[in-house]
Amino acid sequence: MTPPDTPQKLTRKDFASDQEVRWCPGCGDYAILAAVQRALPKLGVARENSVFISGIGCSSRFPYYMNTYGFHTIHGRAPALSTGVKLANPNLDIWMITGDGDGLSIGGNHLLHILRRNLNIQIILFNNRIYGLTKGQYSPTSLVGKKSPSTPMGSVDNPVVPAAFALGAGARFVSRAIDTDAKRLVPLLMKAHDYQGAGLIEVFQNCPVFNDGAFTHFSDRKTATETQLHLEHGKPMIFGAEKNKGLRLRPNSLQLEVVTIGEDGITEADILVHDQTNRAMAFLLAAMEPPTFPIALGVLYCDTSVGSFETAIHAQIEQAKQTRKPDLGALMRKGHTWVVE
Amino acid sequence: MDTITTPSESTKAREQLDSVVIRFAGDSGDGMQLTGTQFTQSTALAGNDLATFPDFPAEIRAPAGTTFGVSGFQIHFASHNVMTPGDAPDVLVAMNPAALKVNIKDLKERGLLVVNSGAFTKGNLKKAGYESNPLEDDSLVGYRLLALDISKFTLAAVAEFELGTKAALRSKNMWTLGLLMWMFGRDREPTVAWLKHKFASKPEIAGANIAALNAGHIYGETAELPVGIGAYEVVKAKLEPGLYRNVTGNEATAWGMVAGADLAGLTPVLGSYPITPASSFLHAMSKLKEFGVVTFQAEDEIAAVCAAVGASWAGSLGITSTSGPGVALKTEAIGLAVVTELPLIILDVQRGGPSTGLPTKTEQSDLLQAMYGRNGDCPLAVVAAQSPGDCFYAAIEAIRISTKYMTPVMLLTDGYLANGAEPWRIPDLDKLEPFPVTFHTDPEGFHPYLRDPETFVRIWPKPGTPGLEHRLGGLEKHHDSGNISYDPDNHHKMTKVRAGKIANIANDLPEQTPCVGEASGDLAVVGWGSTYGSIYQAVTRARAAGHKVSHIHLRHLNPFPRNLGDLLRSFKKVIVPEMNNGMLSKILRSDFLIDAIGVNKIAGQPFKVGEIEQAISTHLEASK
Ligand code: SF4
Repeated sequence: MTPPDTPQKLTRKDFASDQEVRWCPGCGDYAILAAVQRALPKLGVARENSVFISGIGCSSRFPYYMNTYGFHTIHGRAPALSTGVKLANPNLDIWMITGDGDGLSIGGNHLLHILRRNLNIQIILFNNRIYGLTKGQYSPTSLVGKKSPSTPMGSVDNPVVPAAFALGAGARFVSRAIDTDAKRLVPLLMKAHDYQGAGLIEVFQNCPVFNDGAFTHFSDRKTATETQLHLEHGKPMIFGAEKNKGLRLRPNSLQLEVVTIGEDGITEADILVHDQTNRAMAFLLAAMEPPTFPIALGVLYCDTSVGSFETAIHAQIEQAKQTRKPDLGALMRKGHTWVVE
Repeated sequence: MDTITTPSESTKAREQLDSVVIRFAGDSGDGMQLTGTQFTQSTALAGNDLATFPDFPAEIRAPAGTTFGVSGFQIHFASHNVMTPGDAPDVLVAMNPAALKVNIKDLKERGLLVVNSGAFTKGNLKKAGYESNPLEDDSLVGYRLLALDISKFTLAAVAEFELGTKAALRSKNMWTLGLLMWMFGRDREPTVAWLKHKFASKPEIAGANIAALNAGHIYGETAELPVGIGAYEVVKAKLEPGLYRNVTGNEATAWGMVAGADLAGLTPVLGSYPITPASSFLHAMSKLKEFGVVTFQAEDEIAAVCAAVGASWAGSLGITSTSGPGVALKTEAIGLAVVTELPLIILDVQRGGPSTGLPTKTEQSDLLQAMYGRNGDCPLAVVAAQSPGDCFYAAIEAIRISTKYMTPVMLLTDGYLANGAEPWRIPDLDKLEPFPVTFHTDPEGFHPYLRDPETFVRIWPKPGTPGLEHRLGGLEKHHDSGNISYDPDNHHKMTKVRAGKIANIANDLPEQTPCVGEASGDLAVVGWGSTYGSIYQAVTRARAAGHKVSHIHLRHLNPFPRNLGDLLRSFKKVIVPEMNNGMLSKILRSDFLIDAIGVNKIAGQPFKVGEIEQAISTHLEASK
């Protein structure tokens, strides 16, 4: 964690800018903004060192609403801009804001590389499974058959699962939350902040205008206990209204299955314990989808064994400074030279 | 045998020459670039002025023996000032039939032709498209032919190292180099030292190469050479006094970036993606970490420029390096830097286009892209380098303008400058004028777009500064608050501000003067970039013949020096030699309503002095 540089206590209000928030009424983005504004004062980072960098899309308006430094860049390129900012000043605490179109379509390449490099920033990916700003075209996370202005007969291409993409790219902190679940989103943002590398938080974000209810099959509070699995490192993966359902590996296969404690001789000891450092398990958890499975929320994967990109880059610079004197004049005089009288 | 074995005093008399152009040509696997570089080094140490032109195929390993796999290296050295790699070679070294086929048309009449007859096998002749062996028919009678079985001589020279035929033959370039070094009285010692260093872990390879080098030298010294072929001497050139070294354009650009960033008091952060012919700039910068240089090999061209923009926003000097196709990919991000008014250096090492074009060949065809290749009214400053060593100063000037005026600057060099070398007087860094940047820190009345009322330059506030928290972005900004604004009048005003800011830089540039000739006359020859040497020589010759011709060479292409229009109007006629289909000429016509006439060469090759001389006399003739 970046050490606190100012003793003064900041509050949620200190992080709200004077700009009028311009998302559609009921948009999930409001809830995420509120969660971020609640999380930030708890992190002890000076406001001038907090930086929000976004691409293009509804979610990418986010920096304008934060009273911190902010850069609303160009479509898909926030990871690349963030890399330059962090390389230039590693003390800045960067939050990158992107969406399913910005981060996984036009900027998919950059997202892949920022994750594998493990740049020490937080990445909030607002997944609403639709293009909002351009008025409702299907996105790379839209489910097959999505009817939209550009796919009047339904989309035909398979969606990408952001968490699985991230794991495949070599991300070392992969997590998920639901926009309106502030109780869990705020601490998750803090965990991602604690992580010394690229902390990815995928937020399932409802777009009431163009894709309303895209996630209700698991986000609906009435059925949430049956459809959501809240992961906790070192705790058995149990869910259900009666806390009697759990995950185990189907015998002789590399597949998960949902079992009920107390049925068929299943006891709590049979249920898998969540190990956030288990990458193979993280892939299985990322792929789970209702109704067969609950959706896995919280930290799917966290590997702290690798350092961050900018640390390694600056370590090399420090090493070079120790072995060679920075003297350009001397450098230019090295090798074959001759004097003209 | 790993030292020099022949007496250094030549036993044969040396004929004095004023200037010589040699072209080494062979298969891309024959080591012609190394041969040329070593010959260049020894020529520089001998005190001649020189210019080089490496010309290699796009394929890394083109099929052996074919004409498209021919690699060439031309060097022009003289006892006087040299500004171009020379028009037609006086000496052609052809290591195989394909190299002969491709290059013979350029060799001067009665020129010296050194060929490796050992490579003139049936198979190689066929691959090169020869029906009969040109060494045996009389097609080469116009030249002074020295046909030697260099393959055989090399095998004999390195036999003691028992390398096997294939490995042993690799030394034939060194045998050839030895012969040429004898011919022009060059010291082999630096090459021997270089070979020992290069092959430190393979002493037998070092030994074989040194043996071959010496053997070639001994051959020249002792063998009976045909009449008209002998040893030559080119006496030292009179150069400006000082300490000299050889430098290539990309190397000089890298050093200029470090020097310029230091003068501004900034840390350079380079975002780059490998592309010919700019990659060696990335390599050079990557070796300068002790200066705090941050280099980032990005996943693509777009990420490379975006990282540089991010670095500038954060208070470093963002640099990105590429060639034409890369600039095309970077345009949107360059627009972002224009609208957010951030410093950014875009190094475009131009190559033949359009599209992938001619990656290894030189051209000046990105000028219009540099000037106008972005969406919207999106002006930026454009600076061009005119010689390999000048890249150092051009880079510093680009940084000065970029940081002083908070604008992206396009720095144009080209493949010829990037790879070409010239003796370079090592600059005295203490004599360079610093231009330190001041970051804005005062929260009182702060707006991110607070600007100087005269120059329109905005302040540079960087993240991490308490009280200056603000948001920037690509959407149109309010004139000074920097908040998003869709107001029609504001957009009109902001477009004018962005244009005015760039135009105003002209007040900070020296007035344009001709580099050769008077400020008026019959003909102005206007150039920019790497055509400098050819135009200079051609104009000098035309003036010697009594013509009223001047050479005007532009460092600043946007904005132009403020007196340029008046200066050009003082000439009866204006011609513009360019390695493109007419770009600067188009801009001069539209900016100044003058009849600037293009002289265009789009062959992936620099202008020859003779070609420009020809254009000068044609245009003078026509106006009579
Ligand atoms: S279009 Fe959808 S995502 Fe965009 S602001 Fe409106 S509700 Fe939110």
